[in-house]
Amino acid sequence: MTLEDLERRTVAAVAAATGTAALDEVEASALGKRGELTRAHRDLGQLEPEERRTAGKVLHELRLRLEAAVAARRAELDAVERRATLAAERLDLTEVGEVAGPIRAGHLHLVTQTQRELEDVFVGMGFTVAEGPEAETDWYNFEALNMPPAHPARGMWDTFYLELGEPETVLLRAHTSPVQIHLLEQGQRPVHAVMPGRCYRRDTPDARHLAVFHQIEGLVVDRGITFGDLAGTIETFTNAYFGADIHSRLRPAYFPFTEPSAEFEITCTICRGEGCRTCSGTGWIELGGCGMVDPAVFDAVGVDAAVWSGFAFGFGIDRCAQMRHGIADLRALVENDVRFLGQF
Amino acid sequence: MRVPLSWLRDFAPFPVDDPAALAADLDDLGLVVEAVERVGEGLDDVVVARVDEIAAIPGADRIRLATVEAGGGPLEVVCGADNYAVGDLVPLAPVGAVLPGGFEIGRRTMKGVVSNGMLCSGRELALSEDHQGLLLLTEVEGARPGLPVVELLGVTPDVVFDVTVEGNRPDAWSVAGVARDLAARLHLPFALPDPAPVAGSGTPVEKLATLVVEDDDLCPRIVVRVLEGVVVGPSPRWLARRLVLAGMRPINNVVDASNYVMLELGQPTHPYDLDRLGAPGLEVRRARPGETLTTLDGVTRTLGATGRGLGDTGEDCIICDAQGTPVGIAGVMGGASSEIAVSTTRVLLEAAHFAPLAIARTSKRLGLRTEASARFERGCDPWGIDRAVARFCELVGARVATGELEARARAVPRPFDLEFPVERVRSVLGVPFAPAELADLLEPIGFATTEDAPGSLRVTVPTNRPDVRPAPHGVADVVEEVARTYGYARLPRRQPSWPEPGALSDRQRTRRRVADVLCGVGAVEVWTPTLVDDADHATMGLSGPAVAVANPLASEEAWLRRSMLPGLLRALAYNANRRQGSVRLFEVGTVFSHPDEAGRPGVRSGAGGTGTTVLPGERELVTAALAFNEDDARTAVAAWRVLAETVSLDGVRLEAAGDMPGLHPTRSARLVAARGTPLVLGAAGEVDPDVAAAFGLAGRRIGWLEVDLGRLLDAPRRSRTAAAVSRFPSSDVDLALVVDDAVPADRVGQVLAEAGGDLVESVILFDVYRGPGVADGARSLAFRLRFVAPDRTLTDDEVGRLRQAAIDGAAQTFGARLR
Repeated sequence: MTLEDLERRTVAAVAAATGTAALDEVEASALGKRGELTRAHRDLGQLEPEERRTAGKVLHELRLRLEAAVAARRAELDAVERRATLAAERLDLTEVGEVAGPIRAGHLHLVTQTQRELEDVFVGMGFTVAEGPEAETDWYNFEALNMPPAHPARGMWDTFYLELGEPETVLLRAHTSPVQIHLLEQGQRPVHAVMPGRCYRRDTPDARHLAVFHQIEGLVVDRGITFGDLAGTIETFTNAYFGADIHSRLRPAYFPFTEPSAEFEITCTICRGEGCRTCSGTGWIELGGCGMVDPAVFDAVGVDAAVWSGFAFGFGIDRCAQMRHGIADLRALVENDVRFLGQF
Repeated sequence: MRVPLSWLRDFAPFPVDDPAALAADLDDLGLVVEAVERVGEGLDDVVVARVDEIAAIPGADRIRLATVEAGGGPLEVVCGADNYAVGDLVPLAPVGAVLPGGFEIGRRTMKGVVSNGMLCSGRELALSEDHQGLLLLTEVEGARPGLPVVELLGVTPDVVFDVTVEGNRPDAWSVAGVARDLAARLHLPFALPDPAPVAGSGTPVEKLATLVVEDDDLCPRIVVRVLEGVVVGPSPRWLARRLVLAGMRPINNVVDASNYVMLELGQPTHPYDLDRLGAPGLEVRRARPGETLTTLDGVTRTLGATGRGLGDTGEDCIICDAQGTPVGIAGVMGGASSEIAVSTTRVLLEAAHFAPLAIARTSKRLGLRTEASARFERGCDPWGIDRAVARFCELVGARVATGELEARARAVPRPFDLEFPVERVRSVLGVPFAPAELADLLEPIGFATTEDAPGSLRVTVPTNRPDVRPAPHGVADVVEEVARTYGYARLPRRQPSWPEPGALSDRQRTRRRVADVLCGVGAVEVWTPTLVDDADHATMGLSGPAVAVANPLASEEAWLRRSMLPGLLRALAYNANRRQGSVRLFEVGTVFSHPDEAGRPGVRSGAGGTGTTVLPGERELVTAALAFNEDDARTAVAAWRVLAETVSLDGVRLEAAGDMPGLHPTRSARLVAARGTPLVLGAAGEVDPDVAAAFGLAGRRIGWLEVDLGRLLDAPRRSRTAAAVSRFPSSDVDLALVVDDAVPADRVGQVLAEAGGDLVESVILFDVYRGPGVADGARSLAFRLRFVAPDRTLTDDEVGRLRQAAIDGAAQTFGARLR
């Protein structure tokens, strides 16, 4: 057999190989240890040196050509086999449901999310976050806040009392303001803190009220703090939390623990100030109360009003969530329906 | 409080063309306008009609057909009211009329009958609140068919502001008070009504009545006048109309005059029928315990009973007749026996100043809040009494006995002076005001000012402002008046800054991480009630006392929760009932313990507080109820491991526990931080199947995880210093050890790890086998031990020795045998 025949036959066999195994056989029979080309190489020894060099070169070039042909075919066949393997491994990922993929997202309660957002805004403004107990004595909830026993203003907070001690001495806090008293009693100066927490009022629940609810309160006690600082802080917070186009305004109000006191309103988040049903056409909605800390409160906790002055503010966390997320009825927050909670 | 603009205009010339602007000014003064109501408009077409015939409409039992005459011939009108009869005069809105509120009357067909207009109620005409039936005009003088109702009733268009007055502003809780603030804001002249001094045209009052005040601490000032020859009848129409606009029902000229004076000036008064008093005259004293009185509303009330409330001594101030029989609860409500009646001819008028706190206590304890008590408990002007009395006499217009009876304590509030450092305005409000500017702001609302020395203003606080305290605190009160009258919106704003950075505490950060971990394992956070039914505690097997709420809204919300288990189980059941049974829920919240249970010492309630009081114990828990797919106790443990890993807990063990209320006795464990003093951090396991069933979750396994956040923070954590990872290859040794079922697997793993010392990289339990080849009551635990040295590759010899040490350790400690 001539070398030409060998090359032709081998090239044809390489092309005809339909799998890597068949190609291996072709390669072995042509190029392997016992292959024809190897034998031809061995036969070179019988030739004269001059002929041997010429024939050797021819054989070497032939080997290179055949090796290239095998490699090229191998690459083709590898690709085919990879495609087949991958095709067999195909997954429809949209089949991944509860059985196939038992991982799913949990959700933080909307109130928790709202509280975190509020805390983060205030932390960014330089506030720390303080907390206090839910069961309190009359002193923290009322008396130290400039409401001695039988003070008519106590009626502003319909309070749950606990069957402990003398009647009406232990209660569930009706607001987060007792935390202010704890902070100031501990002697902390200056104070720049917000105080979120759960509060209790003996109000029959409706779409806009819950008997158990969450409030966040702010207290700043420092040197040279003015009413202007209060109004500025409220405005900064309002822009940061509700958006740059939402503003705040203050109007006179009464709280026993602040003087001057104010109610703070923000641009209606529904109509953005145009006037709508939610804001009774005024363009403003009430958010919370605030004011300069009353000197009687400073007296009760031993703050020297000649050195320190301060302001406080407070509003409902649940109400914020209601406004931000368009919740028609606040009671949805305590139903614990995962279809509701899972939206957020 | 409903305030008609026409009434406000008695005191200052307010413009009538822009009520919305007036409302905005009132808002800005802190007199919040809840609503602006236009009244008396849209009545131009409404006329008086005479009912000539009433006929039933076939097939209709609610409506009838009335034939009326309104000057233009018989007209048939369908009407649903039944308070009128043939011959009555009623208001008719003919077809085409537009009623208040923009309601246009059309020709309508009802039950096949054509109605040519509408007969109207008081409310439909915005003339009163009454919607029980038609507004009957039969008795109104001058009423005749065809006469416009506007003309008949003298109704003119008006605007009523519904104003909410804050609790500290009794001075503004009257029409004149609102007018004073508004006039000051608008720089309009303001004048109080100035009734002529009561001349006295009859018998000396001393001959007609007596006055004794026994307890002048409760009643610092009282004035009594007697009116003779009184004719009780309807009030003049203009007065009745004003009462209606203000939301009060006209009764008779005497009672109406008293109410009118209260609305106008803020001073409640009380008229008695002098001849119906047991003996002529009044006595004011404390009620004796157990005394009773039937008040005007017909309820018999027991007085002088010690109240529940803090500081409630059971004191009631009462008004008695001259023989000591109670005839009224002072400042709250009069008695039924001496009520003004048609037969009354002699009226004794009481006008007093009562101690605000006493009225507040009585009103709260009796649950009786009236227009009078609400004003007295906030504090009326003790020197406004005389004007009120004169105004009453002027309005009733009878013969007034000469002279008055007056009793006065030594301590009747008087105007007082306050040294007002002008600088304080700047330090509180942030902007300076000149003394003259302050005077301009304060004088129009009744605070006289004198500039004593440069920088100091003497402010005289009037007696109608009990909210303004003496110095030093009163300075803040006056600053508020300055800010209020100047306008809060005009004060400049400033964003304060300070060097201290804002931050969350360790507890707050940890709480967030824990909640995030539970979210990460697929749990949904819920918010279950803190106020629960104590029966829930019994159901879950929790014994001992719960803290009770003294005044719960409902019996199932009458205790503080001691556990979150019932709440979470209810939430699971709620969702399961809505075909959402496969869920994981968690909650972060407070549970409360009764002080008796915890044996806690008393907690002092604060320096100036009410002494030593025992508070409930509070613990903040993180709890999870895991009921997704095949969840069980193992899911809870796996979740706990993730959680413990996330907060870098060090040395936490599970200790099987069969005694935890509500939890499965053989599938639950305590979570114990064992480094140092053991600390129970919580529990992991499964809900007791019987408890689950009791909450509507029968036949389900529910994994339960409960962690005390406070203790979690106290538990030892791993060092935060980095340890280098070995760069040499590690060697694995697998050991299958047969150990008794009673031996916890994690203890075995721990012993294996200890045996390898520093060279152990990890010990992992990868298989548990029970069955042939392993004795009953035992199981085979297969552990993979991975060894590595920081500085070399371990030799086969070394690994062999480590393997043997591990086997020996397990054998010695637990009698474990290599399988």
